[in-house]
Amino acid sequence: MSHVGPLTLREPRGGLGVAVVATLRRDMTLKLRRRSEVMNPLVFFALVITLFPLGVAPESKLLSTIAPGLLWVAALLATLLSLDSLFRVDFDDGSLEQMMLSHQPLAMLVLPKVAAHWLLTGLPLALMAPLLGVLLSLPAGSYGVLSLSLALGSASLSLVGAIGAALTVGVSRGGVLLSLLVLPLYIPVLIFGTGAIQAAIAGSGVAPHLAMLGAMLAAALMLAPWAIAASLRISLNG
Amino acid sequence: MWRIIHQLGSPKGFYTLSARLQPWVWAAAALLMLIGGLWGLLYAPADYQQGDSFRIIYVHVPAAFLAQSIFVGLAVAAVVFLVWKIKVADMAASVMAPFGAGMTFVALFSGAVWGVPTWGTWWVWDARLTSMLILLFLYIGIIALRGAYAHRDSGSRAASVLAIVGVINIPIIKYSVEWWNTLHQPATFSITERPAMPAEMWLPLLLMVVGFYCFCIALTLMRTRNEILRRESSKRWVRDLVRGQ
Repeated sequence: MSHVGPLTLREPRGGLGVAVVATLRRDMTLKLRRRSEVMNPLVFFALVITLFPLGVAPESKLLSTIAPGLLWVAALLATLLSLDSLFRVDFDDGSLEQMMLSHQPLAMLVLPKVAAHWLLTGLPLALMAPLLGVLLSLPAGSYGVLSLSLALGSASLSLVGAIGAALTVGVSRGGVLLSLLVLPLYIPVLIFGTGAIQAAIAGSGVAPHLAMLGAMLAAALMLAPWAIAASLRISLNG
Repeated sequence: MWRIIHQLGSPKGFYTLSARLQPWVWAAAALLMLIGGLWGLLYAPADYQQGDSFRIIYVHVPAAFLAQSIFVGLAVAAVVFLVWKIKVADMAASVMAPFGAGMTFVALFSGAVWGVPTWGTWWVWDARLTSMLILLFLYIGIIALRGAYAHRDSGSRAASVLAIVGVINIPIIKYSVEWWNTLHQPATFSITERPAMPAEMWLPLLLMVVGFYCFCIALTLMRTRNEILRRESSKRWVRDLVRGQ
């Protein structure tokens, strides 16, 4: 007769670090399995940029002056478009509730989710932007800054946007509401993002603009997770 | 002191205390706005450059003051509601947000009307105008978010979080918009560098500003009382109150 010992709860191995890495890996895997969700913002970005020469005028001189703003606004809208799905699937299938119940702080667990969003939306947009810059005859010498400013700025956009996504995830058809909440908060990032490219074109210093983008990212990294976690708790209770 | 704060925290205490306070605030608001308005519109000297069109300042500046103060008030109420779970704070916030949005609109509209005779245009992308417009969008976002939730308590808490996020962002938005404006073009019009006004001009303005604040407090008290009655309509003291009348 085999002896059955008392039932013991197995402590999950590893601490916060393991949980964060596991969440990042899980989110990346899930997102990569839904290819269209990764591709759609990129296609949207390209499409919106295609519309402007048709709507404004196909003159390369005019286009090159408005290119920094166009590229940034289009990338910003593409990010916004992808935000709605950030927590939606996890909200629908109950994974978010499991995350909330886990004994790791929710604010730390949302950080890898936002990071996954940036890695598969903001970063690809930043890498694709120079191609579209060629279409808009963006002056040479500003392509590197375009990518860099988009990469830095879109990380802040993901973090701030995640607050809006968390607030509206419990609301049915929250898409338009999400853009109403988030777009005013995007304005500083837009200003310094386009400012960096314009400074690069004018030949003046790029560093202050990029430094401001970095400062905003640092502030967002510090504060946004708490707001996201608080918002998710509200959405899950409502 | 603490007793008064505790009393303010409960809906019933707020209701009785505000009943005593309300007439005085209304009277102060009416008196200040009447004197300030008449003085400013009829007796203050006309501006040597702008003529009589400058008198719009007596509506424009108080409205702009309130538009910004109410947003800070919203955030303070949000913190009080989220931290200490004081429902009256949220009720006040829910009635303050539409009023703040209205004041922002008044400031923008009166500014546009003022812009026509002085600047020759309804709108310029000046830093101050732009940040006021963004403030209006922030207000609308808070009002819309509160309304979007089916469950009222969740809507209250979501609007509170957004108000706090907004108030942290307002200085960032304000300074970045100023930076943007100076980058693109030198300031064509500067509202801040007005020639120093004589006392006959700014005294009525001061009266109007204080009057507008009193009006805001009085209206918030009144509408919060209504909100208390609506939300606490199942409580016994509200029923007794309604039956007693």
